[in-house]
Amino acid sequence: MTAVLSVKGLKKVIGKKTLVENISFEVQQGEVFGFLGPNGAGKTTTIRMLVGLIKPTEGTIAIAGYDVRREFRKAMRQVGSIVENPELYTYLTGWENLKQFARMLGDVTDERIHEIVRMVHLDKRIHDKVKTYSLGMKQRLGIAQALLSNPKLLILDEPTNGLDPAGIRELREFVHHLVQEEHMSVFISSHLLSEVQMMCDRVAIINHGKMITVATIEDLVKKAADRVEWIVTPVEKAEGVLRGLAEVRELTVEQNIITCRMPIERISMYNKQLIENGIDVRSVREVAFTLEDLFMELTGAEGIA
Amino acid sequence: MREFLHLIYNESEKIYRKKRVFVIMLILLVLIPIFVYAQYREVQTTMKRLGTSDWRVSLQQQIVDTQNRLNNSRLPEEWREWLKVRVEQQQYYLDHNINPNAPGAPTFTRAFIEQGITLFVPLLVMIVAIDIVSGERSDGTIKMLLTRPIRRWKVLLSKYVTMVLFVSLILLLVGIISYLLSGIVFGYSGWTLPVLTGFVIENDSLNTNFVHLVPQWMYILMAYGLAWFVAVVIGTISFMISVLIRNTPAGMGVMLAGLIAGNILSNFATSWEGAKYIFSVNLSLTDYLSGQLPALKGLSMSFSLLNLTAWAAISLFVSFFVFTKQDMTS
Repeated sequence: MTAVLSVKGLKKVIGKKTLVENISFEVQQGEVFGFLGPNGAGKTTTIRMLVGLIKPTEGTIAIAGYDVRREFRKAMRQVGSIVENPELYTYLTGWENLKQFARMLGDVTDERIHEIVRMVHLDKRIHDKVKTYSLGMKQRLGIAQALLSNPKLLILDEPTNGLDPAGIRELREFVHHLVQEEHMSVFISSHLLSEVQMMCDRVAIINHGKMITVATIEDLVKKAADRVEWIVTPVEKAEGVLRGLAEVRELTVEQNIITCRMPIERISMYNKQLIENGIDVRSVREVAFTLEDLFMELTGAEGIA
Repeated sequence: MREFLHLIYNESEKIYRKKRVFVIMLILLVLIPIFVYAQYREVQTTMKRLGTSDWRVSLQQQIVDTQNRLNNSRLPEEWREWLKVRVEQQQYYLDHNINPNAPGAPTFTRAFIEQGITLFVPLLVMIVAIDIVSGERSDGTIKMLLTRPIRRWKVLLSKYVTMVLFVSLILLLVGIISYLLSGIVFGYSGWTLPVLTGFVIENDSLNTNFVHLVPQWMYILMAYGLAWFVAVVIGTISFMISVLIRNTPAGMGVMLAGLIAGNILSNFATSWEGAKYIFSVNLSLTDYLSGQLPALKGLSMSFSLLNLTAWAAISLFVSFFVFTKQDMTS
């Protein structure tokens, strides 16, 4: 299997500031790849390098095997992108915008444009000026322009920014469709773990311009999803029981709530033990872990300060 | 090549749909009638001052006066030549029954470009050229433009060529609209009117040895040709500013400051000769045609043409050098 996107040792220095450093990863065909990190971590800088808007200080980028710097044209033919917001020509209609980009590709027929317009559900408003579009519609037009060339790789930078829950859901289904039906690879950057978790197969995590890890979503979830919250009475006795168990770590008590880290699959077993010790368990639940938790986990105590 | 034509089509569509041509037309349609009216009042006043409704009498008188001066043996030789041509011109007016004080639309069209070449035409050019790159950067659309499978220099070249095309269109509009509108008042004839030209500036004085008459249509063609050259140079400098300064109003300010500095320097008639290298003091190329001494020492037609060409060439080089290397950060 060939990598649709291959990034090796990417580094960008502007002035004395190192924006990103040592970024390496590969995106395989038919894969949804997440690029996760807090705001200011260097996600957009990396994406701008991927599409040739800024020049890397070090490192190489290849799209479908073509080096972005040396074979710019061939590389760009294989990629559709939205960098940050989908900024289109607001004084033109949606159709005229797409025609502009189609002309730059040279070989896009009007039928193909119609097909894409239908795909992103813009057929009713495509001949209106873009300045009259809602953010969601602009986002969809942005996706339409990215898909014009039938790219192997679609790059979406924080695509859910400013979308309502229905819009986010729609986007998710759309990405799924592209991967399943069109066999595209999708690269999605985000600062929301939940989002990446729902859409992506694998994820690269970046913080302070440095790669922290590349992993499958399942592995990550396994790594971080081990927080359990118990609401119990009497709390002191329960604490004693739980502390006695080998696999329980980082236990904290607050009023009658005990939070601890432990293997999720042990919940029912431990629950039984508590009950056997005469403890009333009112509720037990897995605590949704946050990006911060994940960073804590991956980088030690450093966090994302 | 087909790809490049597509790019030019794209750029033209953008300029056109931004209604820039419309704005320029509107400016011309509002301002030119005002200038025409001012010119009309001027003609009326001149007629009143001459005190005679019959311009033939006064023209005949002027010719006699000039001939008397020519008979004066102390007249310097270079003046003699010039006066001879002048008499020839005035005789033509008389023979062809043309009132030189009540010119037709072609004369207005000529006068308009002679006046407009230093500031008015450059301003119209800026309307099109100043945001051609910076506009896309501030709107963020540059990301869409530069992530296509087309090299940056090609994208920029298409913008430049489109700018030159639109500058040419502007010059055409200035000519056509000023001719059509002024003709309503002054009449549409006068294309064949003889006009003096052929002045040479030598050692900061006017050499009139080569002065001769050309029909006005030819003069207008030359004047608009020079104005087109000035407009392209101003367009090219604005183009560079547009690449270098991302903030369009700031770029506009820089460009305006440059243009106005030239006007002020010219008016000071400064003895500082180095000022002649500033592009904006070289813009009144039509003055060399009509034989007005330049405001600054050391200026001549060939110097100004060369100087402006150098400005344009350097601007173009800087534009392409910077644009193709630049990081497109937000």
